[in-house]
Amino acid sequence: MEPALQVKNITVQYGGFTALDHVDLSIEQHTTLGLVGESGSGKSTLARVIAGLITPDEGEIWLGSQPLKKKRSREQRKNVQMIFQNPDASLNPKHSIRQILSEALLFHRIVERRQVEQRCKELLARVHIEEGALDRYPHEFSGGQRQRIAIARALSVEPSLLIADEPTSALDVSVQLSVLELFHTLKEELNLTMMFISHDLGVIHAISDNVAVMRQGRLVEVNSKSKFFARPETDYSRELLSAVPRIPTSSRSGGSYEQRI
Amino acid sequence: MASNTVLQVEALSLATKSKKLVDNVSFSLGKGESLGLVGESGSGKSLTLRAVLGLLPRGIEQTGGVIKSDVRSAMVFQDPRGALDPLCPVVAQVAEVIYYRQKVGRKASRIQALELLEMLGLPDSLKRLDRYPSQLSGGQCQRIVIAMALACKPGILLCDEPTTALDVTVQRQIIETITSLQRELGFAMVFVTHNLAIAAALCSKLCVMKEGQIVEHDDTLSLLQNPTNPYTRMLLDSVLPLPELEGSEQ
Amino acid sequence: MFAVLIGLAVFIPFISPYQPSEQNLSAFLQPPSSEHWLGTDQLGRDLFTRLIYAARTDLKIMVLAEIIPFCTGVFLGMLAGYYGKWLNTLISLLTDTLIAFPFYLIVIIVAFASGAGERGIYITFMLVGWIVFARVVKGLSASFREQEWVASAQTLGLPGVRIILRHLLPNVLPQAIVVLMTDMIGLLVAIVTLGYLGIGITPPTPDWGTMIADGRSFITTAWWLSAVPGLAVVYTGIALSLVGDGLADLWRKK
Repeated sequence: MEPALQVKNITVQYGGFTALDHVDLSIEQHTTLGLVGESGSGKSTLARVIAGLITPDEGEIWLGSQPLKKKRSREQRKNVQMIFQNPDASLNPKHSIRQILSEALLFHRIVERRQVEQRCKELLARVHIEEGALDRYPHEFSGGQRQRIAIARALSVEPSLLIADEPTSALDVSVQLSVLELFHTLKEELNLTMMFISHDLGVIHAISDNVAVMRQGRLVEVNSKSKFFARPETDYSRELLSAVPRIPTSSRSGGSYEQRI
Repeated sequence: MASNTVLQVEALSLATKSKKLVDNVSFSLGKGESLGLVGESGSGKSLTLRAVLGLLPRGIEQTGGVIKSDVRSAMVFQDPRGALDPLCPVVAQVAEVIYYRQKVGRKASRIQALELLEMLGLPDSLKRLDRYPSQLSGGQCQRIVIAMALACKPGILLCDEPTTALDVTVQRQIIETITSLQRELGFAMVFVTHNLAIAAALCSKLCVMKEGQIVEHDDTLSLLQNPTNPYTRMLLDSVLPLPELEGSEQ
Repeated sequence: MFAVLIGLAVFIPFISPYQPSEQNLSAFLQPPSSEHWLGTDQLGRDLFTRLIYAARTDLKIMVLAEIIPFCTGVFLGMLAGYYGKWLNTLISLLTDTLIAFPFYLIVIIVAFASGAGERGIYITFMLVGWIVFARVVKGLSASFREQEWVASAQTLGLPGVRIILRHLLPNVLPQAIVVLMTDMIGLLVAIVTLGYLGIGITPPTPDWGTMIADGRSFITTAWWLSAVPGLAVVYTGIALSLVGDGLADLWRKK
């Protein structure tokens, strides 16, 4: 079976600055690729290129067996959906939740008009938001709830690829776990193909099947999760992994931070 | 106040006209000790820090409690670029602090500033050509801010999420720098963060704050091994585990 | 406050027993009395009636003149802000050039070309009135475009036109309307001034501007002839301003 997504030789340049440098990547069907990188690595740019929000200067993107053209058709667009980092800006403040969820459903004629209401309720139930929310507006919800609604919206069009760009990073610590669990549940229930971006390796470990590392616009390493976390191939990956602060065990007491050699 | 205590906060309360933001917070800090204040947004941890420094935002007042300290405190903020004057070259900014605080001449200030920056691991090239904050990376800017804080020769260094805005590799470097500086210069530290792992690695005592109150406080190890409060346990659980990296000392 | 004004303007025919143009030369320059609430002018016309009829004229022009520029301005602003690049450059060029021409100058030119009166005001305003809206809306649209809810509308496959009309417009409209209120005040003052100068509304249609001008010769004796219409303008201005503020507060909370 061909991979769900293939990114070939993608390059994006802004003036003199290279955001993405000949990136090649592929994601197998029904797997989750965790994309890590520090600031300036290009991971968000890559996500937006795949989602069709940025046109690359070079390279191709293949979704399944079809190449995605520069100007994507409605069908093609709907197959890649994205969830963004900032929950405060991801929902149109002037639209009710009902409008937000039903718009794509109606536009793409995914369900009949009379079934829309029911489908919206189902979508909300799936992300654990009560159905009374349909009449309310985004500002009445918390950050974590808004992310859930954004997830519901993304899933409403039944995409073949879901991209999540740091969806938990802007949320409070207590909420992060529940949203992450939601992703996990959905991944299993719906057999999703996902690209999950985060700078937090703990999150990546929890959700991914494979891990890809980016640095300064280049893809540095791609590996299965187990291999990556135990025995990464590149020094940079090793550096990233050892830099993660961990809860000290009894052998290391607080008050001094062990120097890593 | 005991001779070894550099900071004592007793029953501190902070509020606006309509809302209580910090309620009955107490802790003490000994010489050279590190205390971690851990909590999420809205827990009041940053405000507590500002109260110690005397830098409360407009509209917020201390409505109760006492802060006792007989040493100077200096603060390192979360946004490194926001803390620096964008129109003034960095060495000059550090030198200015030294000039006013240590009461030495301009030339001597500059020399001391450069020494301080070297101690913080900043490149030598700054000696020859001073640079503006916009020309430096986030990590480097934060080092400048730390240098400026240390230039006051404080007895206490207050850190308000100094690494949250930085990449994880840079974060580690900054933390290592702070640790080695603490060993060398002997200042006490209050470190505010929402990441329990960082606080635990850095501090010997921890205070967990939630909605303006301290819900648990203990020595780091005891807290980590036997958290009594469910909120603490939740914070502990939210630090997602990573498998052991082969070939590293854990 | 505004409601009172509108109410009066609309319902005046039912309130006043007098016709605005009705002249009664014997009742010449009377001060306010129970028969004539605000007195009469030099031709014996009831001042109160004229005042309210003038309100109808002036307010009608104010609203009508604003409609087309508002719509075109908002629309062009959204186009410029959303699509950016050359469209933005083009529209910006247009706005920046036109804004250099003073409004009154253009009105005078148009008045000479096609005669004084309402038409001149409508034409002029259609030519230059849209600019202020375009600029405000352009800035708003450009900043909204960066927000993720626009990006997700794009990923959902919605075409640009739909995004502009269904998504962008509701977000842009509140502030545009607030600007509209302020703009209307300016326009009202312009209408009245033109009337005063004799280039705007022509008699015998009642208009606050001409009323003020007419009363000029009687300032010392019957000062109310000029003062009252003047106050009416101020009253309207304040009313509009309050409406604008109220709306702004209302929307800000949301």
